[in-house]
Amino acid sequence: MSTAAAGTPPVTVDTLNPKVLKCEYAVRGEIVTHAQNLQQELQKNPDSLPFDEILYCNIGNPQSLGQQPVTYFREVLSLCDHPALLDKSETHALYSSDAIERAWQILDKIPGRATGAYSHSQGIKGLRDEIAAGIAARDGFHASGDNIFLTDGASPAVHMMMQLLIRSEKDGILCPIPQYPLYSASIALHGGSLVPYFLDEETGWGLEVDELKKQLEEARSKGITVRALVVINPGNPTGQVLAEENQKKIVEFCKNEGLVLLADEVYQENIYVEDKQFHSFKKIARTLGYTDDDLPLVSFQSVSKGYYGECGKRGGYMEVTGFSPEVREQIYKVASVNLCSNVSGQILASLVMNPPKAGDESFESYMEERDGILSSLARRAKALEEAFNSLEGITCNKAEGAMYLFPRLHLPQKAIGAAQAAGTAPDAYYAKRLLEATGIVVVPGSGFGQVPGTWHIRCTILPQEDKIPAIISRFKEFHEKFMDEFRD
Amino acid sequence: MARKPLDYEELNENVKKVQYAVRGELYLRASELQKEGKKIIFTNVGNPHALGQKPLTFPRQVVALCQAPFLLDDPNVGLIFPADAIARAKHYLAMAPGGLGAYSDSRGIPGVRKEVADFIQKRDGYPSDPELIYLTDGASKGVMQILNTIIRNERDGILVPVPQYPLYSAAISLFGGALVPYYLEEEANWGLDFVNIRQSVAEARSKGITVRAMVIINPGNPTGQCLSEATIKELLQFCYHENLVLLADEVYQQNIYQDERPFISARKVLFDMGPPLSREVQLVSFHTVSKGYWGECGQRGGYFEMTNLPPKTVDEIYKVASIALSPNVPGQIFMGLMVNPPKPGDISYLKFAAERLSIPPLKLLTVKSILESLRKRAHMMTDGFNSCRNVVCNFTEGAMYSFPQIRLPPRAIEAAKRAGKAPDVFYCLKLLEATGISTVPGSGFGQKEGVFHLRTTILPAEEDFPAIMSSFKNFNDSFMQQYEGYSRM
Repeated sequence: MSTAAAGTPPVTVDTLNPKVLKCEYAVRGEIVTHAQNLQQELQKNPDSLPFDEILYCNIGNPQSLGQQPVTYFREVLSLCDHPALLDKSETHALYSSDAIERAWQILDKIPGRATGAYSHSQGIKGLRDEIAAGIAARDGFHASGDNIFLTDGASPAVHMMMQLLIRSEKDGILCPIPQYPLYSASIALHGGSLVPYFLDEETGWGLEVDELKKQLEEARSKGITVRALVVINPGNPTGQVLAEENQKKIVEFCKNEGLVLLADEVYQENIYVEDKQFHSFKKIARTLGYTDDDLPLVSFQSVSKGYYGECGKRGGYMEVTGFSPEVREQIYKVASVNLCSNVSGQILASLVMNPPKAGDESFESYMEERDGILSSLARRAKALEEAFNSLEGITCNKAEGAMYLFPRLHLPQKAIGAAQAAGTAPDAYYAKRLLEATGIVVVPGSGFGQVPGTWHIRCTILPQEDKIPAIISRFKEFHEKFMDEFRD
Repeated sequence: MARKPLDYEELNENVKKVQYAVRGELYLRASELQKEGKKIIFTNVGNPHALGQKPLTFPRQVVALCQAPFLLDDPNVGLIFPADAIARAKHYLAMAPGGLGAYSDSRGIPGVRKEVADFIQKRDGYPSDPELIYLTDGASKGVMQILNTIIRNERDGILVPVPQYPLYSAAISLFGGALVPYYLEEEANWGLDFVNIRQSVAEARSKGITVRAMVIINPGNPTGQCLSEATIKELLQFCYHENLVLLADEVYQQNIYQDERPFISARKVLFDMGPPLSREVQLVSFHTVSKGYWGECGQRGGYFEMTNLPPKTVDEIYKVASIALSPNVPGQIFMGLMVNPPKPGDISYLKFAAERLSIPPLKLLTVKSILESLRKRAHMMTDGFNSCRNVVCNFTEGAMYSFPQIRLPPRAIEAAKRAGKAPDVFYCLKLLEATGISTVPGSGFGQKEGVFHLRTTILPAEEDFPAIMSSFKNFNDSFMQQYEGYSRM
C-alpha cells in the first residue's frame, strides 16, 4: 500500500534541490531569453522591430560573431578526428605539412591512436607533458604533467575545486565583485558562502590587499571558515590586468592566511595595453621563492578565449600545485567518475600551449592570424571604451584585457523610479530598453555583482570590427533618447 | 601547524565518501604493472576503441570537415572526402552558426536535438519534443545534472539496482543523498523482484528517507540483462504508485545479444500504457555515443530526454545547463550522426553498413557484424567462465560486460582478510598479477553480502578470446587448488 503523497509528482519546483533554485547565471539569463524571442519574431516578421538583427554582446563567444579559428589548429584537429587521412597521399594537397607532422606526433601519444577511446582521467599523459612544457616556457619555472587535469572547458575544473573545498555553508570563498558568475553559481550549487571583496572602480578596478583582509576578517567574525581566494586575471567583467607587485602581495596574503589561491587565467592571451603583461600566479609564487610544498595554488586555463576563441570545443585544464598526494588522489577520483574530458578538446589545449614556432611552415600564417585577431580586439576595446565615455552619464574603465567593457551607468533618479515600478533592477531595466530599441544584448551588472547603488552593464568587444561603428551609433542614439526621457 | 584548506582532513566529506572502482585500485595497480613492462589486458571499462575496435569512417569524415571548413572551398576536397560526407558537414555547419568553435545553445544545437527527436519517434512510434532533449558531454554529465536537481539532502533517497554502474552511487555520495538499494536476482537471470523492491522502499521510508527516484539500467551494467516489456510495465506502475521519477539509463540499447528480449524504451512502454500513467509518470531517459556499435567514448556525446516534467522544473534544469555554457559541439555532431546515419542510397551507406558489419564492403552477404561479433564474444565468455571451477556466470544478454560469480573458498576469504583486502579485490589483484587481465571487483558495483563477482568486458578482439579465457582458467584452477585443495569432482 503506497504511503506516498497522492497526486503530487516527485519532481516539481517545490521539491528540487534548493541549491539549484538558489544559483543564478545572468550571462544566459532573462535578457538573453527575451532576445531569443525577439529574434524569432524577426525571423517571422522582419519588419516588426526597430532593428534588423539581434547583436549578442552578452557572452564571450567570439566565433559566433565571425571570428575565424586558427587554421593550423583546425588542420591538426581535423587530421586527428580522422587519422585514416594520414594514410592517403592526397592529404598533402589539402593540409599543410607541419599540421600533418603535428597530427602524427599527437596520435603517437594516444594509445592505439584511438581518439575515440576514453583517455586517462587526467587527460592523455603525452599531451599533459606538452602543456607542462608550454607552461614552463611561458613562466621560466618547471611544470609537471602530473599536476595537470584536462577538463571540458575551465568551468568543470572550477566546479571540482568548489566541490572539494566546500563542506557546508560555513565554508567561504573570497570572490571579486564584480565577478564572472560561474563562481557565485558554483558556490551556491555546492552549498558554500561567497565572501565578496570589492574591486575599486576609481582606480581602474584595483585589487587592494587591505580590502581582502577586511572582508576576510569580517567573514571570520561571522563564523565563516574562508578556504580560498578567487582571482580572475585578466579580469572578467572588469578587464584589468594585475601589476606584478600587486600579484606578489596577493600571494603573500594567501600564504599568511592559509588560503588556496584559485587563479582564473583564461584571458592570459588577451592583453591590449603595452604597459601591462600577463604573469601567471605560479610564476609569481615561484619568483617569491615558494615551492610546490609551500602554497596550494590552482591555475585555470581554457581554449575558449585568447586569440583562438574555441568555446564550442570545451577544452581547458587546471594545474594543481602545493597539496598532498592524498588530496590529489581525491581530485583524481572525482575526475574519474566522469571518466575523461573530450579528447579533441585535450588535443586543442596542447596546441594552444604549444603553438607553431619560428621556422615551422605554418608559423607566418599562424602569426598573421593571431596578431590580426589580437590587434583587432585591442582596437575594438578602445573604440567602445571611448564611445561609452563620450556619453552623458556613462563612465567606463579601460579594458586592459579579456573581452568585455563594464561601463557604469549614472542613472537619473527618474529612471531608477521607472525600474522600480517595473519590478526590475535599474541596470536590467536599462538593458531591456536597450535590447528593445536596438537589438543589442548586454548583461546587467547585477549579474556580476557591484557596489550597492551602482549600476553597470557588461558588453563584449566581440562583434566584427566593421559592425562596431553601427553598434556605437545605435547605442548612442538609444542612450541619448533614454536620458532625454529620464533626465532629472 | 595550522590546517591548510586542502589538507586531506579538510576536504568535503562527500568527496571522500565517493567510490568509483572502474578506475580505482585495480586499474591503478594495472597501470603500475604496465609501466613496469607487463602486458595488461584492460577489461575494466567499456572502452571499445581502446581494444582495437575501429571508428566508423563516415562520422569521422564529417567531423573532420566540420573541424576545417576551409577545406570545403578547396577544389581537391573530393579527392579524400566522399560527396555525402561533404554534404553532411555542410548540413551541420549550417545548423551551427559560428561552427565548431562557438558555444551552442546550452541545451545543444536545435537542429541536432531535432534529429534526436526524429530518431526517438522512429524508434518508439511516439512524437518527441526537441525542446525536452538536452545534449550533454556524455550521458554521465546528464545523470549528474538530474540527480543534483533531485537530491536536496541526506534524507532524499534514490533507488539504485545492485549491482549497478557506480556512477550512480558516486553521484549520490557527491550530492549528499541516500542510496536505496534494490537487489537484482542472480538466480533469476538478474531479474527484478518487486517484493524485494517494495521491501527496500518500506525500509528506507521507515528510516525517514523520502524515496524520490528509481534508476533502471537497461540493458544492465554490469549484469547485462535485458528487461521484458512486462517488467518495464510493472516498473512504471510501481513508479506511478510510489510517486517516483524513473531514470532510465538506456545507453546500451544497441547492444543486444539475444532475440527474446529486444530493446524497448521505457518511454515507449509508458505511452503504450496510455493515461493516466502516460501523462503523469515523470521519466528521464539517457543515451550516448560511447556504446552501441559506435563506441566513441572519447567524444563525450550524450543526451537526456525529459517526459512529464513540469515547465518550471525544466527551466531550472536549463539554468544549471547554462552555467556550463554548452556541451562540446563535435560531440553533438557525433550524436546527430548516430541518430541519423547514412541511409541506403547514400554514397557512404555501403561502406558504413559494412563497417557496422565489420567486414569488407564486398562481403556484405556474410553476416559478421560488430554486433554479431559481440554476441559471439558474449557466448564465448559466458561459456568459458561457466567451465571454470567455482565460477558461475549468467549470460550477457546485452551491454558490454560479463559479471561472473566467483565462489571463493573460506581459506581464500581469510587470506584476503589478512591482506587487508575485500575478498573479490584480493582475487582480482591475484588474477591481474598472474595473467595481466585487469578487471573490476564486484564490490565496485555492489553485491549481496558474502557473494563475490568480478566485472570484465566482452570487448577484447575475437581472436584473442581463446588465449584470454584459457589464461583465466589456468589462474582460477591454481587459485582454487591453493585455497581449496584438489577438486572433489
